[in-house]
Amino acid sequence: MRADHDVIASLVPSGARVLDLGCGDGSLLDELIRRGADGLGVEISDEGVLACLQRGVPVLQDDIDKGLDDLEDDSFDIVIMSLTLQAVHHPALVLREMNRVGRKSIISFPNFAHWRLRAQLAASGRMPVSPLLPYTWYETPNIRLCSIKDFEALAHAEGFTVEERILINEGGAREGAITQRAGNLLAAGAVYLLSR
Amino acid sequence: MGASGTPARSLGLVETKRVVLFTEDNPLVLDSGETLAPVEVAYETYGERTASDNNVVVICHALTGDANAAGHHGDPTHPGWWDTLIGPGKPVDTDRLFVVSSNLLGGCQGTTGPSSINPATGTPYGLQFPLFTVSDLVKVQRALLAHLGITQILAAVGGSLGGMQVLQWALDYPDEVGHGIAVCATARLSAQNIAFSAVARAAIMNDPDFADGNYYATGKGPDHGLSVARMMAHITYLSEESMRQKFGRRIQDREEPRFDLGVDFQVESYLQHQGKVFLDRFDANSYLYLTRVMDYFDLFADAELVRSQLAKVKTKFLVLSFDTDWRFDTSHSRGIVRTLTAHRVPVTFREISSPHGHDSFLLDVPEYHKTVSAYLDHALAETV
Repeated sequence: MRADHDVIASLVPSGARVLDLGCGDGSLLDELIRRGADGLGVEISDEGVLACLQRGVPVLQDDIDKGLDDLEDDSFDIVIMSLTLQAVHHPALVLREMNRVGRKSIISFPNFAHWRLRAQLAASGRMPVSPLLPYTWYETPNIRLCSIKDFEALAHAEGFTVEERILINEGGAREGAITQRAGNLLAAGAVYLLSR
Repeated sequence: MGASGTPARSLGLVETKRVVLFTEDNPLVLDSGETLAPVEVAYETYGERTASDNNVVVICHALTGDANAAGHHGDPTHPGWWDTLIGPGKPVDTDRLFVVSSNLLGGCQGTTGPSSINPATGTPYGLQFPLFTVSDLVKVQRALLAHLGITQILAAVGGSLGGMQVLQWALDYPDEVGHGIAVCATARLSAQNIAFSAVARAAIMNDPDFADGNYYATGKGPDHGLSVARMMAHITYLSEESMRQKFGRRIQDREEPRFDLGVDFQVESYLQHQGKVFLDRFDANSYLYLTRVMDYFDLFADAELVRSQLAKVKTKFLVLSFDTDWRFDTSHSRGIVRTLTAHRVPVTFREISSPHGHDSFLLDVPEYHKTVSAYLDHALAETV
């Protein structure tokens, strides 16, 4: 299991009704369903959707940038968006829709203020590349890069309350060694549990 | 290639069987409360049943389909209407699945309908045939399965009106259907859809040879009206793009237009041919009744009823639409997805890109077939 998925799964109570936005091949949902969740994915890519079909994970092929019109208010206990926020065109709209359809949200993203990225940019003068952001600038799907501070500002503006923040390392696993206060500089990414 | 990995082949020669499912002593009780007997059903089966009957797939046909969904009746160049999808190594893989396909109640291809003899009069029912619902169509299919000794189905599969039956199957028999595959279906017709039905029926009923539906003994029939109805419906099955590609503004059999009021453009000739060949295989009264069934279908009309029905449904769904279908466009499929999802019924949804409009569900559209293959493959694997 992917390390960041493990962190996310630890925040999902058994039996929860879960929506995974940008669910890719459905591996996280598959695991959550195995653990007793009732899950639905949304995925835009043909390959991802076919992989979900092969796993038997229910999925709607759709573009989350256009909103979640087919989903009703409060129809999910938890809405997950894992390492996808940085690839959407309209992050504020997507956050608003998550808040609308789900009682709680779990969002993970790479932290662009991580010291290693800052150092790469400062030292080489070129766009940083890292395990969580592995693409060169001209082919990256990651178009909305933000720092932990940036994200929290938007989350608050959209009416979310931070229930829990878990800092993750470049492998996506829980980062135990650093203090929350230093997260924006020292963590490669973060997983947030948000409520209204 | 089907999910089993074997190359797709044809079923070859198949035959339609008939069985009387309802008799005077045990009539079909319709939704309306009226009874109907006898009810005979024409059906075909493909593939082999497993010992546990965990591989049964029910095919629900669209407006003008029949029991011969796959394979052929002697002429390999005229295979069944869903031969692209059903057969050995195909998405509905008859090497692994047992497929039951029957002609709908009210049809005219072997199952009791308006052209059948009314035992009360000794003449064809005509418009004395009772109106019926999609639930009634499903009730008859279920009686056929009971006759075959089948009580659980792995999947119900259908396109258009067939997809409407798939949805009804799950609501009416929530414990009996593992999976529903509804392709370019709808939970209710739009005003535009009903308008097309209305014009089709007007063409038939205003034909001087319609004779209030009692045309069977006259040696004539509302052929003009029925072919116009078919011509118009056929337009709605194609996309503008596919018509442009297929015909453009080309002239039939000539270089230069004739500049007259006859059939000059290729598209005119094509529609005329479609209207004409339809007369050989379809009964005008069946067309009236089956389009009317679609008009009145409104599966999710009663929110409270739907809530209680969907709470019991154990069926999982695959809902598919095509981006150039304007007969039942993607918003119809999304409506189905929205209601099912709101009631926590597991749904997978894709809008498939295809230039062929509503007719896409009958054609070999690779992404569509891959989707059905993958879905059924997992559904079958789950049962063993």
